Amino acid sequence: MTPEYYVYLATILFALGTVGVMVRRNALVAFMSVELMLNAANLAMVAFSQARGGLDGQVATFFVMVVAAAEVVIGLSIIIVIYRTRRSTSMDAASLLKL
Amino acid sequence: MITLETIAATGVFSVAWLMIAVPALMAGLLLISGKFFDRTGHWMAVAASTTSFVLAAWMFIQMLGADPEHRAVSVPLYTWINSGTWKIDAGLQIDQLSIVFALLITGVGSLIHLYSVGYMAHDVRRRRFFAYLNLFVAAMLLLVLADNYLVLFVGWEGVGLASYLLIGFWQHKPSAAAAAKKAFVMNRVGDLGLTMAVMSMLALFGSSSFEAVNAGAAKLSPGWATAIGLFLLLGAAGKSAQVPLQGWLLDAMEGPTPVSALIHAATMVTAGVYLVVRSHEVFEMSATAATAVVIVGAVTLLAGAWIGTSKDDIKKVLAGSTMSQIGYMMLAAGIGPAGYAFAIFHLLTHGFFKANMFLGAGSVMHAMDDDVDMRHYGALAKILPYTFYTFAMGYLAIIGFPFFAGYFSKDHIIEAAFEHNLWAGVAALVGAGITAFYMTRLMLMTFAGQKRWREGVHPHESPKVMTVPLVVLAIFSVFGGLLMNAWIQEWLEPAVGNHVTEISLVPNLIGWLTLAVVAAGVAIAWFVFGGKRTIPDVAPATRNPFTVMGRNELFGNTVNDVLVVQPTMMAARGLTVADTKAIDGGANGLVTVFNGLSTQVRRLQNGQVRTYALTMALGAVAVGVVMILSQLG
Repeated sequence: MTPEYYVYLATILFALGTVGVMVRRNALVAFMSVELMLNAANLAMVAFSQARGGLDGQVATFFVMVVAAAEVVIGLSIIIVIYRTRRSTSMDAASLLKL
Repeated sequence: MITLETIAATGVFSVAWLMIAVPALMAGLLLISGKFFDRTGHWMAVAASTTSFVLAAWMFIQMLGADPEHRAVSVPLYTWINSGTWKIDAGLQIDQLSIVFALLITGVGSLIHLYSVGYMAHDVRRRRFFAYLNLFVAAMLLLVLADNYLVLFVGWEGVGLASYLLIGFWQHKPSAAAAAKKAFVMNRVGDLGLTMAVMSMLALFGSSSFEAVNAGAAKLSPGWATAIGLFLLLGAAGKSAQVPLQGWLLDAMEGPTPVSALIHAATMVTAGVYLVVRSHEVFEMSATAATAVVIVGAVTLLAGAWIGTSKDDIKKVLAGSTMSQIGYMMLAAGIGPAGYAFAIFHLLTHGFFKANMFLGAGSVMHAMDDDVDMRHYGALAKILPYTFYTFAMGYLAIIGFPFFAGYFSKDHIIEAAFEHNLWAGVAALVGAGITAFYMTRLMLMTFAGQKRWREGVHPHESPKVMTVPLVVLAIFSVFGGLLMNAWIQEWLEPAVGNHVTEISLVPNLIGWLTLAVVAAGVAIAWFVFGGKRTIPDVAPATRNPFTVMGRNELFGNTVNDVLVVQPTMMAARGLTVADTKAIDGGANGLVTVFNGLSTQVRRLQNGQVRTYALTMALGAVAVGVVMILSQLG
């Protein structure tokens, strides 16, 4: 098999995720976009791993998944706390960390 | 050339260091003991000083008994510095010169201690005062007993410290604090000279011991001999208040009167004369340096006498007189082997009669509620009989009344000066006349004439503890000269290499001339201030340049101000401007630049998460582009 299509798909997913992070104001949606980017990267790594006949890429994928899971736990709690205090999940409104 | 043969220390000489240690330790004890010794401290200090005197007297008697070749004793103490090629031993040298100094310092010093018990009886800080007095005596003993210049320098600085503490003892008075600082700073100028002299000696001889320096002096190049001589003279001028470093001495009168007596008679100002006589081998190698000593001495003896004539403050008259008398000693020391013994002789007699008169002045001030203005005195002879008669002995001694102490010592100096150089002789002769004038003026204004007392002043004679030292000193003022006249030259000869000259009790031509000049001085003073003449309550305004200059201390302070203080202040101001404008300005400018830059950079931090995401994405793209391009390249 050739990895080309998988790589095309991963690229498209990654681009969608990047645009999503940058254009959407809703923190939850941005968060989902980040997950999309991570999974795009996973897909690319698995594809290359299959094509080259090694297991490194697949092993790295597991690490990414673990990190993503941990990130979801922390990230979602932060978003929930922000929502509780501000009654909104708009990222633009939460811009107090500046001088 | 004479090199002093010293013998090893035995008997009392092996504990010679106790002479210094006892007062030094007592000073420390009194300073750290707090209120514990407030009631007894002054007597303990007197005891410490007296112990030193007893030790000195004991050694002196032993030296008298020994034959002249074996009188000088060296007492090695310990190796002070041992570093690389340098090895400097701390030791004491007790020879004919240092023992007479030790006797003067401890003898007169002890009497001054005793007198201070009465004088400082009501001072709340009395214990501290006595601790400082002991420190002064200890430092001065270290100075004269040291066997090398470096240890001498330690004592030299100790004397400077003690004088600073004592002149500024009444530190609550701004004038006293300023006077103490002035004395300290002007002494530093002199110390610079001594430091350079000691360093030159270390560089040239590899040692600073008197033995090595005296032995090596003969091989000195003329340039170095002159340089070391002039450095030593600078040091001596600072300590002995010689022109041009005389300014501190008159201000030093701010201290309690016993301090003035101690500084002027037994310690401190005599150190310069000691230094010059001790370094005689160096001065014998350089006619220039010796001439400089003569000139400094002659100028100072006239300047001091001049100041003495126009001051109304009794202590300042005496201070001017000290300057003048030390000038005589310097003059004699500069003359060379013919004068060394006379310099020391005059120093000793001066120690007696000046201590006597300063303590007498203190007694008068004590009676007059600490008023020092002689215009407020008058007719005190009957009321203060002890003070008057003892003061009169000192007076007769200083003007050189026949057979009193100063008569012998000063006449010898004047004769030696005439033999050396006509001008030096004339200066010494004129100085003797002026001395007679201002001392007679002091006597008449203080003890004779009408009462000019302020209201509420009730003079009374001082207690016994103050009059007894006066009486003892008066006795020495009368007989001191006669006692030592025939003896001092031969005694000092092995130590300082003076030439023993014939002296007779019958005055020669110069002797008669001196007596005539002195009589003229007394007569003029009598015509101006004596008899029924009234003395104005305030100093009459005058445009007489001589009086104006005398009253202003020959404008010595103005000269210092213009030559040293103002340029220093201007340099300081210039440096301040350079510091604030150039250095601070540069640093602050740099800060401003970075401040502006960081303000701009800070704008990037806008709190928008999406902006950060964009930045990250752009960054990742940039990194990717670079990597791809580098792969392609």
